[in-house]
Amino acid sequence: MLRDNEPSKPPAFVAAAKEAALSALVAFGLFVTLIGVRTDQGPTGALVIATRFGPLAAIVAAVFVAAFIRALVFRDATVISLGRLVPPRVTAVVSGLAGYAAIAFLVVALVVPVLAYTNRYYLDLAILIATYTMLGFGLNIVVGLAGLLDLGYVAFYAVGAYSYALIAQNFGLSFWICLPLAGILAAFAGLLLGFPVLRLRGDYLAIVTLGFGEIIRLILLNWQDLTGGPNGISGIPRPSFFGLPFTAGENGFAATFGLKYSATHRVVFLYYLILALALATNWFTLRLRRLPIGRAWEALREDEIACRALGVNTTTTKLTAFALGAMFGGFAGAFFATRQGFISPESFAFGESALVLAIVVLGGMGSQLGVAVAATVMLGGFELFREFAQYRMLVFGAAMVAIVIYRPRGLVSTRTPSVFLTEGKVIPAAIVQAARTETPA
Amino acid sequence: MSPTQILVVEHLTMSFGGLVAVSDLSFDARRREITALIGPNGAGKTTLFNCITGFYRPTVGRLQLAHPDGASFMLERMPEFRIAREARVARTFQNVRLFPGMTLLENLLVAQHKALMLASGFTVLGLFGSRRYARAEANAIDKARYWLDRVGLAARADDAAGTLPYGAQRRLEIVRALCTDPVLLCLDEPAAGLNNNESAELNKFLRAVREEHGTSILLIEHDMGVVMEISDRIVVLDHGLKIAEGTPEEVRHDPKVIAAYLGVADAELDHVDAEVAP
Repeated sequence: MLRDNEPSKPPAFVAAAKEAALSALVAFGLFVTLIGVRTDQGPTGALVIATRFGPLAAIVAAVFVAAFIRALVFRDATVISLGRLVPPRVTAVVSGLAGYAAIAFLVVALVVPVLAYTNRYYLDLAILIATYTMLGFGLNIVVGLAGLLDLGYVAFYAVGAYSYALIAQNFGLSFWICLPLAGILAAFAGLLLGFPVLRLRGDYLAIVTLGFGEIIRLILLNWQDLTGGPNGISGIPRPSFFGLPFTAGENGFAATFGLKYSATHRVVFLYYLILALALATNWFTLRLRRLPIGRAWEALREDEIACRALGVNTTTTKLTAFALGAMFGGFAGAFFATRQGFISPESFAFGESALVLAIVVLGGMGSQLGVAVAATVMLGGFELFREFAQYRMLVFGAAMVAIVIYRPRGLVSTRTPSVFLTEGKVIPAAIVQAARTETPA
Repeated sequence: MSPTQILVVEHLTMSFGGLVAVSDLSFDARRREITALIGPNGAGKTTLFNCITGFYRPTVGRLQLAHPDGASFMLERMPEFRIAREARVARTFQNVRLFPGMTLLENLLVAQHKALMLASGFTVLGLFGSRRYARAEANAIDKARYWLDRVGLAARADDAAGTLPYGAQRRLEIVRALCTDPVLLCLDEPAAGLNNNESAELNKFLRAVREEHGTSILLIEHDMGVVMEISDRIVVLDHGLKIAEGTPEEVRHDPKVIAAYLGVADAELDHVDAEVAP
């Protein structure tokens, strides 16, 4: 809020200057070791300290100015809300458009291979985004709906990938048979994790799931006879178009349909495959939300004790959430294995879990569209900054800070009721319970 | 167990380590009656509730519940969700526990989880849009609408429960419990925080529920106006012990109850001690 009488109120300047000075001090403390001082190799080979006080001063000055302006303009606001910056009419238009956003998003997703047919790089990126969207949808069941904070989701991704690779290689079964098997095995892994953590919530649950993810990775790394250890599994059968392999040969896909052979056919097929899987996951989740099980998951997130008092069996409710979430992770894993043709434990490190969780949290827990947008923004953003690799993390970090300030509950933070009597009203994020980090009494 | 009894508590003791919250308590609640549990803070009322509804497992004692059709349940052996689901004992909480981010209607549908879950074929049939599930859901919504109407909340059915004012949240929690079709409804301080008008409404509502649905009610209450007006029988606890039991009139004039609530002068202490702990 800008005030007309700003100049006539010197105390505001003083207060702003104070606040800015404090920010500058923090910036100085932070950057003095990062930028101000560095070690260089001296002429004799020993390390010498080099100083860069110029850039340091520039950064501190920039922080001071930015904080000063911020303190002046948003004097009364403890947290700057978007509502203060954007006029209500614009907000109304944007939220009106949001209804069409999902459709627009879907249309774009469907025509990506047409637009980017000649550009393998974009196709691969689109496949990557769709894979993480699917993982996000799966994790959304556990974290967004049931409110169970899971930091080891990559374990199910890994179980799915290895199940597919081992079954396809050892038994020669086709992709469409291996896919459900991989999902089922991952669901069992979900149950396996679910049982010991039934009584845990919040921080404790997060720690145990984190451990579970690492345990699975270590098993893959060390069970050399089965998984090949750090060498992984290579030569995983590639998918075929319902029996037609994507090869240049006579029985291949291209020859059968009278097309000129191109390696892109397979990539496009893979893209539509993962898109279909992701959309199926989405359909399934939306459908589940409107069923008693979905409502029980959300009730569990809102208040577990009340659930128990109403006759909801929280044990089976939690286990189904873990198992179904894991199953979709397993499907995505099977897809990953068939796309790569090679898997190793390196692909299933904690970073993947963190990325998927970041997508779910950024998207707004419980929102399907939010997850899809977040996956696109995160992975697309990463790729966008690939050429400026040294600034990538900086921009990423700044974006995260901005999100935390402006949209602490994610991009799409409202909740849509699963059923309504007369009219469906969206529920503001502030009263919806999130996956809790504290343990309720 | 006589046919007029719905709940019989025998020699119930609940101790937490060295602390005995409820000690050798025996009483019964009768069918279609409103039984009130009163007593000073820390008397063990909520602990008793938690034992009855399965949130605590009693250290010693027996809790027997009988349905009108003769089915009998040993509550001390059942986990809480089965007590709600099979023995059909519903409860509310001292500090209201709603699902704040879900609408009023959704709150009441979660309460009908068992019936809906069965109708949806444990999700499988519901997933493919079975007609049986659609019918069951329509019935569940009708029932929810009925109860919302009864407490004047139908107009807000599609609002989030967390946006309701406090009094309305209390009413919603009570009808949510009623949506489970309980034979015994346990209310933990339902009138706490309500103004006089609201508690009068609540009295009327609870009486009507008992008359129309034959629900027996067990309630903890500090508001003596409410207790004396609607209770058929009152059980008085103090320090985990039952010190009196009877009609409101009997309890009101019981010297032990007066002593427990108001305290006594030092000179009378020996006399009262002798009476309270014979």
